[in-house]
Amino acid sequence: MGQILLGAVALGLLWSIMTIGVYITYRILDIADLTVEGSITLGAAVSTAMIHAGQSPFLASAAALLCGLGAGFVSGLLHTKLRIPALLSGILTMIALWSVNLRVMGSANISILRLPTIFTPIQALGASKYAAWVCVGGLLAIAIVSILYWFFGTELGSAVRATGNNPTMVRAQGIHTDNMILLGLMISNALVALSGSLIAQSQAFADIQMGTGSIVIGLASLIVGEVLFGRRNFYLRLLSLIFGAITYRIIIATVMELGMNPNDLKLFTAVTVALALSMPHFRDYLQTLRKSLTGGLSKC
Amino acid sequence: MLRMANVTKIFNRGTVNEKTALSDVTLTVSDGDFVTMIGGNGAGKSTLLNCVAGVFLPEEGGIHIDQADVTKLGEHRRAKYLGRVFQDPMMGTAADMTIEENLALALRRGKPRTLRWGVTERERARYKALLKRLGLGLEARLTTKAGLLSGGQRQALTLLMATLERPKLLLLDEHTAALDPKTAEKVLAISDEFIREGSLTTLMVTHNMRNALQYGNRLLMMHEGRVLIDVQGEEKRRLTVEDLLSLFERASGETLASDRALLS
Repeated sequence: MGQILLGAVALGLLWSIMTIGVYITYRILDIADLTVEGSITLGAAVSTAMIHAGQSPFLASAAALLCGLGAGFVSGLLHTKLRIPALLSGILTMIALWSVNLRVMGSANISILRLPTIFTPIQALGASKYAAWVCVGGLLAIAIVSILYWFFGTELGSAVRATGNNPTMVRAQGIHTDNMILLGLMISNALVALSGSLIAQSQAFADIQMGTGSIVIGLASLIVGEVLFGRRNFYLRLLSLIFGAITYRIIIATVMELGMNPNDLKLFTAVTVALALSMPHFRDYLQTLRKSLTGGLSKC
Repeated sequence: MLRMANVTKIFNRGTVNEKTALSDVTLTVSDGDFVTMIGGNGAGKSTLLNCVAGVFLPEEGGIHIDQADVTKLGEHRRAKYLGRVFQDPMMGTAADMTIEENLALALRRGKPRTLRWGVTERERARYKALLKRLGLGLEARLTTKAGLLSGGQRQALTLLMATLERPKLLLLDEHTAALDPKTAEKVLAISDEFIREGSLTTLMVTHNMRNALQYGNRLLMMHEGRVLIDVQGEEKRRLTVEDLLSLFERASGETLASDRALLS
């Protein structure tokens, strides 16, 4: 049980970087960006292909990050310059990336079993597999949260946040909203691709299918984090994404332990997210209901 | 300060819904003018303001602010000249950001956004002093989210944002129309104070004829995409609502029956 828990925490940390990426588009920019389903696989494909070709895993991970940046750039151009709705431009890039990823990998999957990964140096110090994931994933996640906390406090970062909030006002302040959306999408997809690269290296293979449904996992982690760990200030909100991703993995590990068929996992996740997303609506409904009830009583 | 020459704006050109919102409008606003603009629905006053702001680019004609030709500049590229307050109190501020963050965004209007810190300690002292002058108690709530403010408070904040960095031209687009009468009066009084104090060149669109007569030194009445009446100075000071209505009837050859309710 201890090993399962440690495994869930470790996997959660690797996925938390993806969750942070989803947060940037979904919450900060107020865009549901489906590019991530392609860019998570892109990160995995690029880094495993490079490691397979004998490149350093660090270089491979950095390359994954840059490729994600590019994927976000493409989606951003489709959305801002060609005026394609955000949802659709994300889907277009995602579909295009399917072919790109197959080209990069040369086949539907690549194994890098027994080849060095970004986790190898830590394991060489005597750490177990999961401990190495926790070290690398935790370190990167904390570093990313800190950098983003700084960035979104700067003039530029404030402009990105305001763009997701009220583009009319932002334009009236002389800021080109298109560029802010582009920047946000690039940062988001870079993080998602890095996460994909880490996930692929942790499991020692990449698969063309691995991105399918990842947006839902990202959203589930995001919402679990918000519900359980609050949203008091921005730093805690960013940290809540890491805890949310870990909690999501623990929930999944638990239901699997309890005997859930792995085939049902995506249905389970989708239902969870649907329930969580509709929560505010239910809350409002209950409140108005209560108000009208008490209002009716006081009149009597 | 503002020169519009033969500006024409047509919506949905070449379709059955084609509508000429501005028809060959020529208008010069001098430095320090406070112009109020009235007109019925669809008269073109908001379109005129939006053409100046760059929300719409005109089909024909040219627009100069000061010496700069802004005719083809996008909204964000001419923002450095303009302070804007919108009809909808939600439009002027970022709801999820704090009062000080909103002010800081406005302080940097038209300037490149760098990786320097978004709000500095020195700015905060200035924001506090300015907010205090609004008399709404906002100076103690610098880190309150703008979304939690009332409509009137948000309009006052937006007005402060629009004038924080002195604009060459202040555009007020029916900025009190969504407020209750008492709050509207207060926001108008604050606007007038800011405009006088900074001798800001201002274009204010309003639905309210009395406000249009009470404030400013020049009054424009628009009708069917044209500037129909243009009075200023002493003549405007003496003008009454009745005068305005008869002026309108003489100039347009129509009675204002349908618009009377909207304008009074």
